[in-house]
Amino acid sequence: MTDMASLMEDRAAAKVISDKVQKPVDWDSPKIARNIKKRYAAERRFKIYGLSAIGVALLALFVLAFSIGSKGYTAFFQTYVQLEINFDPAEIDPNGTGDPAVIGKANFDDLIKKALLARFPDVTDRRDKRDLYGVVSGGASYDLRERVMENPNLIGQTRKIWLISGDDFDMLNKGYIDANVDEGSRRLNDKEIGWYDALVSDGAVEKKFHSRFFTSGDSREPELAGIWGAAVGSFYTLLVTLFLSFPIGVLAAVYLEEFAPKNRFTTIVEVNINNLAAVPSIVFGLLGLEVYLNVMHLPRSAPVVGGLTLALMTLPTIIIASRAAIKAVPPSIRQAALGLGASPVQTVTHHVLPLAMPGILTGTIIGMAQALGETAPLLMIGMVAFIVDIPGGALDPATVLPVQIYLWADSPERAFVEKTSAAIMVLLAFLILMNGLAVYLRKKFERKW
Amino acid sequence: MSLSFLLLAVAALCALSFYFGRQRAVALSGGRYSNLHSLPAHYGTYVALWCGLPALLLLLVWHSLQGSIIQAMIISELPAEITGDAGQLSLALNSISLIAAGNGQHLNVVPEVIDAGQRLANLQTIANAAMIVVMLSGSVLGVSLSYRKISAELRARNNVERIFRWMMIACSAIAILSTVGIVFSLLFEALHFFSKISPVEFLFGLEWSPQTAIRADQVASEGAFGAIPLFVGTLLITIIAMCVAVPVGLFSAIYMGEYASPKFRAVAKPALEILAGVPTVVYGFFAALTVAPFLRNNGAVLGLDVSSESALAAGLVMGVMIIPFVSSLSDDVMSQVPKSLRDGSYGLGATKSETIRHVIFPAALPGIVGAVLLAVSRAIGETMIVVMAAGLAANMTVNPLQAVTTVTVQIVTLLVGDQEFDSAKTLSAFALGLVLFLVTLGLNVFALKVVQKYREKYD
Amino acid sequence: MAAVSQSAMTAEPSVASPKMTARDLNLFYSDNQALFDVNLDIVERQVTALIGPSGCGKSTFLRCLNRMNDTIDGVTINGKVTLDNRDIYDKHIDVVQLRARIGMVFQKPNPFPKSIYDNVAYGPRIHGLVNSRDELDEIVMTSLERAGLLKEVKDRLQSPATGLSGGQQQRLCIARAVAVSPEVILMDEPCSALDPIATAKVEELIDELRSNYTIVIVTHSMQQAARVSQRTAFFHLGKLVEVGETDQIFTNPKDERTKGYITGRFG
Repeated sequence: MTDMASLMEDRAAAKVISDKVQKPVDWDSPKIARNIKKRYAAERRFKIYGLSAIGVALLALFVLAFSIGSKGYTAFFQTYVQLEINFDPAEIDPNGTGDPAVIGKANFDDLIKKALLARFPDVTDRRDKRDLYGVVSGGASYDLRERVMENPNLIGQTRKIWLISGDDFDMLNKGYIDANVDEGSRRLNDKEIGWYDALVSDGAVEKKFHSRFFTSGDSREPELAGIWGAAVGSFYTLLVTLFLSFPIGVLAAVYLEEFAPKNRFTTIVEVNINNLAAVPSIVFGLLGLEVYLNVMHLPRSAPVVGGLTLALMTLPTIIIASRAAIKAVPPSIRQAALGLGASPVQTVTHHVLPLAMPGILTGTIIGMAQALGETAPLLMIGMVAFIVDIPGGALDPATVLPVQIYLWADSPERAFVEKTSAAIMVLLAFLILMNGLAVYLRKKFERKW
Repeated sequence: MSLSFLLLAVAALCALSFYFGRQRAVALSGGRYSNLHSLPAHYGTYVALWCGLPALLLLLVWHSLQGSIIQAMIISELPAEITGDAGQLSLALNSISLIAAGNGQHLNVVPEVIDAGQRLANLQTIANAAMIVVMLSGSVLGVSLSYRKISAELRARNNVERIFRWMMIACSAIAILSTVGIVFSLLFEALHFFSKISPVEFLFGLEWSPQTAIRADQVASEGAFGAIPLFVGTLLITIIAMCVAVPVGLFSAIYMGEYASPKFRAVAKPALEILAGVPTVVYGFFAALTVAPFLRNNGAVLGLDVSSESALAAGLVMGVMIIPFVSSLSDDVMSQVPKSLRDGSYGLGATKSETIRHVIFPAALPGIVGAVLLAVSRAIGETMIVVMAAGLAANMTVNPLQAVTTVTVQIVTLLVGDQEFDSAKTLSAFALGLVLFLVTLGLNVFALKVVQKYREKYD
Repeated sequence: MAAVSQSAMTAEPSVASPKMTARDLNLFYSDNQALFDVNLDIVERQVTALIGPSGCGKSTFLRCLNRMNDTIDGVTINGKVTLDNRDIYDKHIDVVQLRARIGMVFQKPNPFPKSIYDNVAYGPRIHGLVNSRDELDEIVMTSLERAGLLKEVKDRLQSPATGLSGGQQQRLCIARAVAVSPEVILMDEPCSALDPIATAKVEELIDELRSNYTIVIVTHSMQQAARVSQRTAFFHLGKLVEVGETDQIFTNPKDERTKGYITGRFG
């Protein structure tokens, strides 16, 4: 360093720089022109990098949406098979009592099997018969029973009835099973495909809107599984989350923004909030497992525990958003209220909070949307169980939409792939709705002070 | 009586107390509110708070203690041959709770357990009834005390505000409480684990196979708890994710901030934000069902043997998930570089890219490093993508085409499904959770410090 | 002062063979017009001062001369600005080259967060003006010497430029501008963030630089304009009110508004 400096000094002394006229740059020289060209090429390249980065991100989004949409849209329809059912009184109500209790216990499964055998009389082998029964879903008998319970006059008649088909036939009808591949490597054998073709030529195969998907709980049979149970579970979980995290979050934000003195406690709280916002969600699951289940013995798999866990996770989001909203209320409003003799609490509750409410609500909705999409911590507290019944309250065992997606994604049946994608579409629809509401609130109540 | 009904009842009581408290204040004022110290509504709120708060506090305390106390009571009356063995005990407790819930008809258990089940059912009924009585008496006591105190001189507003202030402080303290809760619940179980397996073996061991055998004579009945393969797997997937997220996120931020027209920005920015809002379970499904088969098939074409649960698939998708995170953070950081620096560079005849590369980027570098560290911490803690798309086998490899497993995957696998508490296998999940918590916490604290320092520099 | 006698010929806006000219220059920030029909000539190797009350458009005009307004969204400009008789708003003109030929020094010193050496070397490097490290060293040294900074910093060329004092930083920015051998240097209130001693140094420097460069300086201080400039232009409400020899403007203004401003009745 000193060498260089002294060298420079020598040079400076020798040349008496200040007297020297700097030689002007010839901006039209070929060297400079080449250089300019190179620089603009670099500029273009750089811009292309930027554009392609955004392109990559948008492409990923598009592929994600497309792969889910294209896999999932078929789940909203379900294949039905029309069979001629003989409502044999001997099977349903042998004594002609008309008692619903007797009818309810009848073997409707048998009626369907008989109808199938009647349609395909040449099936005699026991294994073939079992395959044949797979054409119709195991759940079809419940539908049939309900139909008869509603309308007992059917007993003794023979009617053509649309019955929900088994999942493999549904897949075949939707084109997911290729009849041209080798018999050994597909889910249906040649005979089964033959029956399907025969039913199609009868006009007895049809796709109908699959309302059951929206109204029923989980099931081992893909064609019977629905998201209603998970949706209700999500609802209860979010309800608990909201009831805990909203008041606590707002009160904490008000305190930190309006009342808290600058002391050790406040600093610790602020550091904690920032750190909690970054703790991996699964750690909250471990907390829930240990504290709520092992120490407090709250019921496993219940929305109330899920809600308690998610409330802790959303708390930082709500507190941070609420603080920002409260901070945005200009001090002049507070001064005006205080000047009129309002107490600090009155100033906050009468003036600051109402003005900050749109911002607080926006933050809360975004927090709830995050909670709705959260999966990992709920796995820890047992909301991953297989639950068929629709939960009736926050203490019943339940699952939630994202966990339902996780469970279905793990199921081996091909038909669950479309169910999973469809459930994702429903979940995303809710999320878009919530975020849209948040954006709308922000736009509507946006205020420039 | 269900919980929600109980809460509704308390709310109704509060409303009633408010009404009567207010009425009494109005009566005392003799028609002129200025005779009172505070507004009648303050007196009402005062009584209502004294009605609701004791009840809720009692409910909270009761609920957090009831389970453990009842369990202790049940255990104390079980015969020693059951309580002596941890496995048997947890089995018995399971049966007992089933019997108490009325679902134990088919269980084949000793009569003591059946008795205990019935006792548990009785105890629960008694406890619930007792809780209601205690809650209600708390409410009534609070109401009667506060109602009697109402007088024109009572500083009701100040009292209400003091209670309000303490409620706010309590709510703020919940942030501390949850951190304490996390630390203690992890530490407690992790220490339990380390009493069985030495921390050195856990932190530096090279083999992970937590399956403890059911019978003692089986091979590897001890299980192996060397977590290094998990750390390596986590690191590998994180690095892959960062290779995607950092360049793409950074360049997106640069293009959005410096080149994009307002129209383009108005479309592209929300689209990027959608990526951030997609639940991780959806990314996991995408990784497992679209990306992994795609990589496998294309790898086969190229003659590469890509595992169907390759680290690459999970890492790539995780990278996509983190893109908006990196991009919005670095956008923040770069927009804080003062305009005068840009002007200085443009004034010398630099092009936009030269200005960005030579002036803005170096100036923003500390902030960007902080942003990347935050992104790393998020990648390490991400769970669903790896649970669904990465493997379970703890391979020690840095080959992205093979299956690896991560810390979060193991936590989920160890704790989902039936678990016996007290076994090293279950406890190891808490030890892993502790490591995860400490690492992400450290990264965050450090990154936030870096970003903070950077902000101060340009403020 | 030689320059005074040299520029005694005319006080009109147009002069013979000007280095830069502006003709009928209008500028709009989206819908607000900020400059109205400005006509001004800038004489080679002289210091031209732009004065006027704040918000009068003098800085805006200055930024038109090297097209710095291009970096602001929503600015439209019409009229003509020439450098050596070539329209700088012509689409064949390369902005990057133009800004190298017309350097700029800003209100607040804005050294890059790099070393002193790298700050000065930045321009020559990006424009590819040098072929070797030695040449670059020489340019850096010459520029620092010209900015009167060499003596103060020669022992710490590799230390960060942000460690210099405000006045040193501003002279560094001048050295940085000089390093690409510009023909014109624009200075936007270069002393407004400096203390009086640093201001005196910079003013001295401006006077020295005049022998090699054409300088346009915006200043809010009339004393400064009187001290450093040969020609002065007075702007008011986006219009060029009066331009002429500095002595004449300050002793015998023709326009009432100029008189009002320099006698301190408004400003």
